[in-house]
Amino acid sequence: MCLSIPSKVVKISEDDTMCTVDTMGIQRDANLMMMDNGDVKIGDYVLLHIGFVMNKIDEDEALASIETYKEILELMDEEERRQKILEGDNCANRT
Amino acid sequence: MNKTITIAHGNGGQENSELIGQIFYKHFQNDILVKSEDAAVIENGKLAFTTDSFTVSPLFFNGGDIGKLAICGTCNDLAMMGAKPKYLTCSVIIEEGFSSRELEKVVRSMKKELQINGAIVVSGDTKVVPKGSVDKLFINTTGIGEIEYPNISASNLKEGMSILVNRDVGCHGATIFAAREGIDLTTTLKTDCASLYPEIKALIDANIPIIALRDATRGGVAAVLNEWAKASDICIEIEEDKIPIQDEVKGICEMLGFEAVNLANEGTFLLAVDKKDEDRALEVLRNTHQNATILGTVTNLHNQKVILNSAWGTKRFLDLPSGELLPRIC
Amino acid sequence: MPIELKNLYDDFRDGDTIKAYAKIISKDAKKLKNPINIMEVCGGHTHTIMKFGLPQLLPSNINFIHGPGCPVCIMPKERIDHAYVLAMQEDTILVTLGDMIKVPGSNGSLQQARSKGADVRFVYSPMECLKIAEENPDKKVIYFAIGFETTTPMSAVLIDQVIKKDIKNILFHINHVTVPEVMKELIDSRDIHVDSYNNKIDAFLGPSHVSVISGAKIYQDFPTIYKRPVVVSGFEPVDVMQGISMIVKQFIEDRCELEIQYKRVVTYEGNLNSQKLINRYFDKVNLFRWRGLGNVPDSGLKLKDQFLQYDAEVVYKDILPIAEIEDHKLCICGDILRGMAKPTECTIFGTACKPTSPIGSCMVSSEGACAAYYKYGNLI
Repeated sequence: MCLSIPSKVVKISEDDTMCTVDTMGIQRDANLMMMDNGDVKIGDYVLLHIGFVMNKIDEDEALASIETYKEILELMDEEERRQKILEGDNCANRT
Repeated sequence: MNKTITIAHGNGGQENSELIGQIFYKHFQNDILVKSEDAAVIENGKLAFTTDSFTVSPLFFNGGDIGKLAICGTCNDLAMMGAKPKYLTCSVIIEEGFSSRELEKVVRSMKKELQINGAIVVSGDTKVVPKGSVDKLFINTTGIGEIEYPNISASNLKEGMSILVNRDVGCHGATIFAAREGIDLTTTLKTDCASLYPEIKALIDANIPIIALRDATRGGVAAVLNEWAKASDICIEIEEDKIPIQDEVKGICEMLGFEAVNLANEGTFLLAVDKKDEDRALEVLRNTHQNATILGTVTNLHNQKVILNSAWGTKRFLDLPSGELLPRIC
Repeated sequence: MPIELKNLYDDFRDGDTIKAYAKIISKDAKKLKNPINIMEVCGGHTHTIMKFGLPQLLPSNINFIHGPGCPVCIMPKERIDHAYVLAMQEDTILVTLGDMIKVPGSNGSLQQARSKGADVRFVYSPMECLKIAEENPDKKVIYFAIGFETTTPMSAVLIDQVIKKDIKNILFHINHVTVPEVMKELIDSRDIHVDSYNNKIDAFLGPSHVSVISGAKIYQDFPTIYKRPVVVSGFEPVDVMQGISMIVKQFIEDRCELEIQYKRVVTYEGNLNSQKLINRYFDKVNLFRWRGLGNVPDSGLKLKDQFLQYDAEVVYKDILPIAEIEDHKLCICGDILRGMAKPTECTIFGTACKPTSPIGSCMVSSEGACAAYYKYGNLI
């Protein structure tokens, strides 16, 4: 049962049992009863599953992952450039 | 064929085709009917003739209502055959207890849409049935149009031709799901329900040779592409990242596990043209919708199938949707 | 740099990143001593793998074995028959989640029951039962609860509310199952007739959202006792590719560990509040039959004894069928799930058994191995 989606919290009910989340412009209510009281704040990114907030998304870890992907892409580009240079290189003196 | 009819049989996809073929076509066999185009071409290519029933729930949704739908649906089917909508009939089945004010609101919507198409209602019927016999209001409209651009057919696609779409996809289906009870969403998303004749007229007036035209109703864009692939016995390859989808439709699809290409539309159509005409056609379409796009090409890679090419070099089949469209949890 | 919601989708679906990982995996895979078979346990992962065509990007010495990770498709026939019987009762409303409606039992599916006049409703969230019960005070609302650990806490919240608000007309039919036990069953199963079943599973791609709830700790035995690496991955295509890359690196570096790829939501401990909720209302059942696999020890949940008045299986005991229904004798789902056979090797694949008339668990839901092969087969 895996379909869960990232959403942003935009409103929290007074008794902390419900909140409103936004997913790409679609807003819906979600239940907070799986989370500890006061754990979720407005502006948090959360995972939504069948109408419940399942967990918060750790923004630092998300950014770290995205950074890793950027580095991998840069490395790939670097390798491709070097490969292209080697392939196009006609210098007889190169070892 | 099952012993009982299920909701899936009305889905516009596989089961629907089965139902039509195994019960209706079996007995109503004739050359015109089995062509299965959006409207029947009769009187030696002079007229187009079609019918459609509307049972949408809720009756009123963002951007439209059952009345607007009832006129657009039938007029669009005529427009898809290159015909100018002229005369419609309107038949209603009303549930006892339905609000007269709401009924009038629906009829006013119908009038507005008739004016856009330049068509009139010339005959009709009303029935009132006991509470519970229908879900508030069912409407049927039948239309006749004069064919202005003949020989549009799903069987005419050939290798090398281009497939275009006039706007972003999935809006109607997404809006209906968002409005249904039990899925409580607030959104500014609205249906794409619109009369298409003006856009078709623009293509005809610009002298664009139209090979095939079909509006993507139930079963979505996926259904049309598959129907074309089968009818013409060719393959259609679509570039997945070219399919225009609004953010809010993406949001609903994420939330409920749908794919936008399977969602119903009511103002979105696909157009097939020769490759040499694709740029001109695109220009005309973009006069109405900025996000009209060239989606893909007709090939012979896997005939009778539709293939989605991803942005990272992988391929998958896009099949005719089957079953009831249900939110996915897995 | 602050993160935007768009990043959480787009950056984990980026085509160039997917291609980059494909290159890294191909390069590393050259150093593998033997081909490796990775089981992705969860249906959501199967869906991503098939939808994004990931097998087409991997070298031939890395294969997927599609796991049983779909709580809908592993539902044994006799329990679907329970749902059918309950739905056909005059004064009941059977409520369940989406996909469940299509699964066929002995008399048909819930969808077919509905077309025969039964009041069957599918809901997006179990909490909708509260409204249905309030609007229908003279009917019994039976929530047919399905799902892995991801969905179990939501059922617990509903039970909690029913008890707190003293609602008299909601009952539960619990079919929640747990993942580590079935993973264990696939690599270490013993049967009275067979000493041990063979399997070809070398490593696991751990489920994304089960792990959010239970924490990665539930897989600890797999690298330590069973010597199978586990990488808990997210379900976006970049997550899956990174997860596979991490598994391949473990093999070439001679490691066997539990790792978390999906660090932005999965921790070792998990969501403790949800775990508390589950433990308050549920106990483990020591035998739960999985379609295609037979009994999987300790894999099911039931309501604790003190809540039996809410248990539909107890309240309706007299009318619920108890006979176990064997799987079709030509169905080889058990072998497919263990990686011993491919769907195309099944004699009824695509003929008697297809998505519109599924026989075994692997075809029943759109995430099953056979359903995926049927749909995407020619292009894999």
